[in-house]
Amino acid sequence: MTAAAPTRETVAEIAGHAGDFPILGRTVHGRRLVYLDNGATTQKPQAVIEAEARYYRESNANIHRGVHWLSQHSTDLYDAGRERVRSLLNAASACEIVFTRGTTEAINLVAASWGRSQLKPGDEILLSGMEHHSNIVPWQLVAEQTGAVIRVIPVTDDGELEMQAYAEMLSERTRLVGVCHVSNALGTVNPVAEIIRMAHACGALVLVDGAQAVAHQSVDVQALDCDFYAFSGHKLYGPTGIGALYGRKQLLDAMPPWQGGGDMIHTVSFERSTYAETPQKFEAGTPNIAGVVGLDAAIAYVQEVGLDTIARHEAALVEYATQALGQIPGLRFIGQARERAGIVSFVLEGIHPHDLGTILDMEGVAIRAGHHCAMPLMTRFGLPGTARASFALYNTQEDIDALVAGLNKARQLFGLEHDA
Amino acid sequence: MSGQFGDLRELYQEVIFDHNRRPRNFRALEGATHQADGHNPLCGDQLTVYVRVTDGVVEEVSFIGHGCAISTASASLMTEAVKGMPVDEVEQLFNDMHAMLTESHPDRDLGKLEVLSGVREFPARVKCATLAWHTLHNAITQAREIAKTE
Repeated sequence: MTAAAPTRETVAEIAGHAGDFPILGRTVHGRRLVYLDNGATTQKPQAVIEAEARYYRESNANIHRGVHWLSQHSTDLYDAGRERVRSLLNAASACEIVFTRGTTEAINLVAASWGRSQLKPGDEILLSGMEHHSNIVPWQLVAEQTGAVIRVIPVTDDGELEMQAYAEMLSERTRLVGVCHVSNALGTVNPVAEIIRMAHACGALVLVDGAQAVAHQSVDVQALDCDFYAFSGHKLYGPTGIGALYGRKQLLDAMPPWQGGGDMIHTVSFERSTYAETPQKFEAGTPNIAGVVGLDAAIAYVQEVGLDTIARHEAALVEYATQALGQIPGLRFIGQARERAGIVSFVLEGIHPHDLGTILDMEGVAIRAGHHCAMPLMTRFGLPGTARASFALYNTQEDIDALVAGLNKARQLFGLEHDA
Repeated sequence: MSGQFGDLRELYQEVIFDHNRRPRNFRALEGATHQADGHNPLCGDQLTVYVRVTDGVVEEVSFIGHGCAISTASASLMTEAVKGMPVDEVEQLFNDMHAMLTESHPDRDLGKLEVLSGVREFPARVKCATLAWHTLHNAITQAREIAKTE
């Protein structure tokens, strides 16, 4: 962890932003809502809620179609959203940004389009052992269809990738490496720049699942030199049902469409159709225009708060949580990587994660309990699941104090308070 | 103490803690005539229920597996309740338990199993309490699929 103690400046910079999120004013079971399930989805600031509502109130029309003013206006908003995503990821060009329903659809797009057209029997796809199911199952589907083989990069007891094993697994058979930027179950920040450099030296492409990264740190796809980068808007304070795939332009240009329909074609006849350019080629049908407008507002919001400020604030929260939770008898952290972001995963001896989830819920504290859609990783650690607290820019030390109080209450309820 | 924990005491009664800490009949059963697996993949709760039926009566019943306090206690209490019971009565109890955990209380008193009735107020946890019962039902009816309640 690179976390410094929460400085007065960090606290001052971030203070007040909780007021931007209307839902944080509500109560749950009569208690103040303490929302620590941001890895699942973040809450939405008023700016995002209002942007989506204003779009429907003032700007709604289909894009790329009408000659009428409103259609052009809607198209402009949609294009502005693409430019905003470009700026978030520092892509070289907005045409390298494909809108999708989220990370899952972005990965499925690459697997279906690039994978089915490029993979041959015996080709290898390397996936890290800490992938979310969304970066496993699409590759299994394409492996079944193409005869490609999936190999798994092992994970250490601390929850880091075994880089030596990775180096040994890379070969001329490796066609693609799929890795999460930040693990959703452990919070591990993977050394993606190094992973990419090593893969490229073998001629393999790299897809980075950025779902847990983009809300917590600055991402620069050009500096990383990555081939594909996927993320979801709803984990970035934006609406559900919208996300994006970054793809290097020459790769996207060479890839076939994966869904057919309106908006993705150039000309259509019953004999033959020709396709639109990148990225429209991958956006069949009327897209989630309001979602793009909401995502644009969400990215503008985090850019205004400052991703570096958010990263410092959350690093301080992880450090505070690690210290505070570490005082609880019988609590064991799962994942102690040197580089972690925004997530603390743990088990408490004698209390199943689901019982913890219920007890904390009655205190107004929302956490995630379970396998976090990373069943192979849970199997690796010999656990049915963990409890996970995941942070966002609006969380405070007070929220962590509420979590600790809830966990102590759970121990008391389970009759464990004398074991200390 | 109950005041301090409020509604949680309705769910987590002392009997449940007792059976969670020291589950009864927690072992594989040699010579089982029936057995079935239960698995809720979302929560990870997993168990196997073993039954030895002789002359239409549940002579022995046991379980192994892992899960939360509610699912473990429910399985443990279940084995105590059905041991020595004719198979057709087990099926009636399965229906009554299902009603108590999901809809409304059945007409008859279910004895010690009543401690599980608080689960009904926690919709997210009903599946934990019902898993063992569905697994037992599958074992006895010799259904071949893995029981699942989520």
